[in-house]
Amino acid sequence: MHIPDGFLNLKTWVIMDVVAGLSVAYAIKKTKASLGERQIPLMGVMAAFIFAAQMLNFPIAGGTSGHLIGGVMAAVLLGPWAATLVMSTIFIVQCLLFQDGGLTALGANIFNMGIAGTVIGYYIYRGVEIFIGKNRGLFWGVGIGSWLSVVLAATFCAIELAFSGTVPLRVALPAMAGIHALIGIGEGIITVAVISLILKARPDLLGMPLQP
Amino acid sequence: MERWILIILGVAILAAIFLSPFVSTKPDGLERVAEDKGFLEKGEGPQVVNSPIPDYLMPGIKNEKLATSVAGLIGVIIVGVLGFAVGAFLKKRRKIR
Repeated sequence: MHIPDGFLNLKTWVIMDVVAGLSVAYAIKKTKASLGERQIPLMGVMAAFIFAAQMLNFPIAGGTSGHLIGGVMAAVLLGPWAATLVMSTIFIVQCLLFQDGGLTALGANIFNMGIAGTVIGYYIYRGVEIFIGKNRGLFWGVGIGSWLSVVLAATFCAIELAFSGTVPLRVALPAMAGIHALIGIGEGIITVAVISLILKARPDLLGMPLQP
Repeated sequence: MERWILIILGVAILAAIFLSPFVSTKPDGLERVAEDKGFLEKGEGPQVVNSPIPDYLMPGIKNEKLATSVAGLIGVIIVGVLGFAVGAFLKKRRKIR
């Protein structure tokens, strides 16, 4: 879902750069306040793991592919704000080194996938977990939260495209939300699988993020 | 902590090297929508940065699969180091205060 240069008009990408900048600054502040020693190497490996996972496109219906975004996966392990920083790092490297996502669109991409999807998806996960109860709530929360993070990112993307005059909202929104509702299923399955594995092998890793 | 760090990192590196060259090359969700709704060419103009490894293909390597593997490996290492550095830097900043 990386937006290239040219999809968004000037006012839209400038606004999104500002929004992303402010959000990342906030994420830095929150992460600084609660970062534990053990989380530092975890940030590194999650960045590496999610970057690799984002390269692994899987086919979905109709000649399209999807790939993991990984924001909620990172947030479950690191908390939403450290996860935002990990995701932002990934998007910056993808943009500058690999031409994946435009430089002007970097703010929008960071916001859509790294902030809106990650943070909101995380709080959905926490909400479901609290509502259902710890064990089953974890899986349902992770599944729903990660699915929703993809759909939300796609929704914000559609709004930005419409705001730019690139495509009308009534066309972009159902198309983006529809395809990403499917791709989100992949996100949900992969994220639940990974978190389940970690839960079995290293449950202490899931206790790490301080409850915000 | 040590062993699991290495395992996750190992999986990431192996996936980047051995899986990434073989994955689906179909357009992703946004590209598909852009194609279908007619605005794809807006994104095909000159990009603001000229990246060294565009589209995850290491230049100078003829074999596309190998070029992808190398690009993936480089990316995994760079983001891994940066992710770690961000964490370490923020932790250090807190101590100074």
